Amino acid sequence: MTIIIDEIAPRLRLLNETLREVARRPSALVGGAMLIIIVLTSLSFPAVYNVNPLSQDLMARFTPPAWQEGGTVAHLLGTDNLGRDILARLLHGSRISLLVGFAAVALAALAGIILGLISGYYGGRIDNIIMRIADIFMAYPFMLLTISIIAVLGTSLFNLILVLGLSDWVTYARTIRGSVLSLKEKEFVEASRAIGTPHRTIITRHILPNVISPLLILGTLRVANIIIWESGLSFLGMGVPPPMATWGRMLADGRIYITDAWWLVTFPGIAIMITILSINLLGDGLRDALDPRLRNI
Amino acid sequence: MLRYLLKRLWHTVYVLIGISVISFIFIHLSGDPVMLMLPGDASIQEIEELRQQLGFNDPLYKQYIRFAAHAIQGDFGNSLYYKIPVMKLIVERLPASLELALTSMIIALVFAIPIGVISAVKRGSLLDMGSMFAALFGLSMPHFWLGIMLILLFSVKLGWLPTSGRGTFAHLIMPSLALGLSLMAMFARLTRSVLLEILSLDYIRTARAKGLKEQIVISKHALKNALIPIVTVAGMQFGFLLGGTVIIETVFAWPGVGRLVVQAIFNRDYPLVQAIVLVLAVIFVAVNFFVDLLYLYLDPQIRYFEEQ
Repeated sequence: MTIIIDEIAPRLRLLNETLREVARRPSALVGGAMLIIIVLTSLSFPAVYNVNPLSQDLMARFTPPAWQEGGTVAHLLGTDNLGRDILARLLHGSRISLLVGFAAVALAALAGIILGLISGYYGGRIDNIIMRIADIFMAYPFMLLTISIIAVLGTSLFNLILVLGLSDWVTYARTIRGSVLSLKEKEFVEASRAIGTPHRTIITRHILPNVISPLLILGTLRVANIIIWESGLSFLGMGVPPPMATWGRMLADGRIYITDAWWLVTFPGIAIMITILSINLLGDGLRDALDPRLRNI
Repeated sequence: MLRYLLKRLWHTVYVLIGISVISFIFIHLSGDPVMLMLPGDASIQEIEELRQQLGFNDPLYKQYIRFAAHAIQGDFGNSLYYKIPVMKLIVERLPASLELALTSMIIALVFAIPIGVISAVKRGSLLDMGSMFAALFGLSMPHFWLGIMLILLFSVKLGWLPTSGRGTFAHLIMPSLALGLSLMAMFARLTRSVLLEILSLDYIRTARAKGLKEQIVISKHALKNALIPIVTVAGMQFGFLLGGTVIIETVFAWPGVGRLVVQAIFNRDYPLVQAIVLVLAVIFVAVNFFVDLLYLYLDPQIRYFEEQ
């Protein structure tokens, strides 16, 4: 019992200190609050704003936003070329973007952690092979890599997450490898090795907990990138297939009517920008609080 | 020095071989190109004959070696859609993409470095906070949306600039601004953070202590060292810029390789896709090789350690 308490207490104290450090950064607080609001709005969408994003009303096509002449409160941000409600479509799109962003980052981080740990800890030939593959992935134009895989696999939500996740493992693997290389030489790891602790235990108990903060910072900032890429792929018609509403496709569809209906292209972009801004603010705050050395990421 | 160069050259070669293998595999997973080359009512015998004739019945490794041998000579075969040599199409379109990427990079660096330097020197001032907040906004804006917003403002509302196409300087303004703005934001942040780190080092204190003007301390002592990470990132970002042109060229109907590759993917024109991926990768590794050479000039430590 005492052993368990002894083990847990310092970790809880560390977590507490870390949270306090994060809370001291205004950018982390503002970004975090914005992101929580976005996630909650996205999750509670049908309950709070009960309008079907797919239902068409051809009599109400191109209704401008409520504050413009001809606008109506029934369609706060107006309607598109098929009379579909823009706000409902934006809220529906937020689910896709957030889901793809977080799931792809989780997948990339998982692949990156495993490969980075193996590469950094074991070194030698396996490290060489993993890092050479990483070099190749780094030089492969990312957008072309993702669109050429999607061209092969076909468009679906699952494929999109898979492609974006697996294309982005390199950054994580390199960051983790760098941290492992320096940790490996530390006394506590050497001591553990000297008393005969198995490699797997050293990796999971001593190395992994120490690479969590760079990973958290990197992961947060990458969610923002993935969301931009997802909307870019949707814009090109290679994202989640219709009829699901995505921010990128709303932009692509709205572009045709840019001369008559400015709201079709303006609001989806603002939605992307606010989401990315909140994630970047949170990521910046986390970085400053957890690891000022990583300022350049 | 020679060892360093050879090492970098070897790195360039294996990266290119790796990329060619990956893109070759993708193309072969994409389906049978023979079906696309023949009319829908072609008989099984006709299909088989063409497969035999094009060597698609050979083992995959043999097909790759044949492809690589031709690719080294710049021969990527004919486009399935345009029916002309793929290289001819790429050579026609590449200058447009390079023009766009280079202009965006120049715009980004020309504005970002002074902004970053001023922010670092006046750390904590209103100017610093304002420009870093603006940079965060720039980073958060998808470039293709910015492109659409520029069209909305400067073409639709004001009628000052053409919405699409290439030809005059006016055509270049909006796409390069859209592509360069997020890059500018990133470089401004990078310059500021690198410079802040350097300004806290001992040799800067020494330079100040011996009575050098602040302007000289910044420009001659600090900025020169700050250029190393900036050049590294600029080299890497150039590759991403070429990838980024894929979407922006679609927005502005810019006749470059980015738009060509998107059309090629939709047309299932695999030889064209494969060739574009390889050409862009060659440019990417060539730029990075050049950046590595530039290190030798910028960072005497590399020269010193390599000679040891």
